[in-house]
Amino acid sequence: MRMQVNVNGELREADVEPRLLLVHFIRDHLGLTGTHWGCDTSNCGACTVHLDGEPVKSCTVLAVRTDGHEVTTIEGIWSGTELTPVQEGFHQEHGLQCGFCTPGMIMTGTEFLERNPNPTEREIREAISGNLCRCTGYENIVKAIQWAANNTVREEVGA
Amino acid sequence: MQVPARFEYEVAGSVDEAISLLQRHGPEAQLLAGGHSLIPMMRLRLAVPEVLIDIHNLDDELRYVRDEDGVLKIGALARHRDVLESELIEERYALLGEAETLIADPLVRNMGTVGGSLANGDPGEDLPAALVAIGCEVVVRGPDGERTIAVDELYAGFYETILEPSEIVTEARVSWVPDASSYVKVKRRTGDYAAAAIGVALNMSGGEIEDVRIGMCGVGSTTLRAREAEELLRGQRPDAELYKRAGEQAAEESDPIEDARGPVPFKQDLVKVLVGRALETAVERAA
Repeated sequence: MRMQVNVNGELREADVEPRLLLVHFIRDHLGLTGTHWGCDTSNCGACTVHLDGEPVKSCTVLAVRTDGHEVTTIEGIWSGTELTPVQEGFHQEHGLQCGFCTPGMIMTGTEFLERNPNPTEREIREAISGNLCRCTGYENIVKAIQWAANNTVREEVGA
Repeated sequence: MQVPARFEYEVAGSVDEAISLLQRHGPEAQLLAGGHSLIPMMRLRLAVPEVLIDIHNLDDELRYVRDEDGVLKIGALARHRDVLESELIEERYALLGEAETLIADPLVRNMGTVGGSLANGDPGEDLPAALVAIGCEVVVRGPDGERTIAVDELYAGFYETILEPSEIVTEARVSWVPDASSYVKVKRRTGDYAAAAIGVALNMSGGEIEDVRIGMCGVGSTTLRAREAEELLRGQRPDAELYKRAGEQAAEESDPIEDARGPVPFKQDLVKVLVGRALETAVERAA
């Protein structure tokens, strides 16, 4: 089936089988391997991308379902010059060890802070409860997202 | 790598078109909404639909949470997240918020839909049990028009509803606004299905339980309603002894099977305890 999807601001066209899952489309057809393919069972969240601005598990979405929609992957949140606050937070707080869960954590954390710029620790833990990490025990991931919340420059109203 | 079997893919542009596609393709066709139950089942080849009719483009028609003359109406494509974020629901139905925070995880709740949760017929889904407790009616549309079905009469068996092959769930409708409600669940870890979960909604009058409904999740081949426990509670003054008797009665009405979430006696015990806890919380909230 022919489809057209906006990925990271760029219109991509493809002819794919309807059964192709979004994670494989992103990695194998578009060559964007920053999105990781983990558990295959919608548990681990390593494959998290934004679909129309909301984080979803791309192993459980058909690629054809995104026809006419917008997908943002981990490659798409980087400006090309500076790390985003969430990325910088993972750097500052040592929020990763093996790095496998990191793209998903960053995609989830980024959208979460847009909705909730001043979260409590509990809210952060709830927000990332669909993303599994087997290395860190989550402590530094929570700190990394907290770091991003504390170090995001927001435009002041009326300034 | 788990790959679904091949299927034909159609995208419906309206509810009516979805119904005619269902009619054209017959019982081997399935609707695809959020897909977070169906796609995993297709990958495991537990579900092998010949045709998938994708209804995700029907948000304009079917994605809403609103009040109409005191009746709560939730469109079939409302996401779990929409239910969780609705102030209307937070105000009237504490148990829906409690159930929703316990359903899978936030990412799954961005995709999973209310209609899909109802139509899937999985007795381990939390939302149908919570909706049983508040007397929800499910609106379905088919080639012959619309009908409503009480949610506790929707299920014929394990993963089986009484819907006709060309009917589609369009709305969940709740007209009862109980004085208070509560949803409690025991699960092995965050994001897991329930070992057992109980939803309770009630009205109090003069210190007595005037009306009550109890929905049970994960303890039978379908979502269950504990009718006899409800009967036992009506007109009674709540105390620890009454909660205990109601829990024992509900456990009688449950019919769990042994699985990775525990053996039968354990799940029956959970029903006893959770019914008591949900009742106690709801009664406290009603005060």
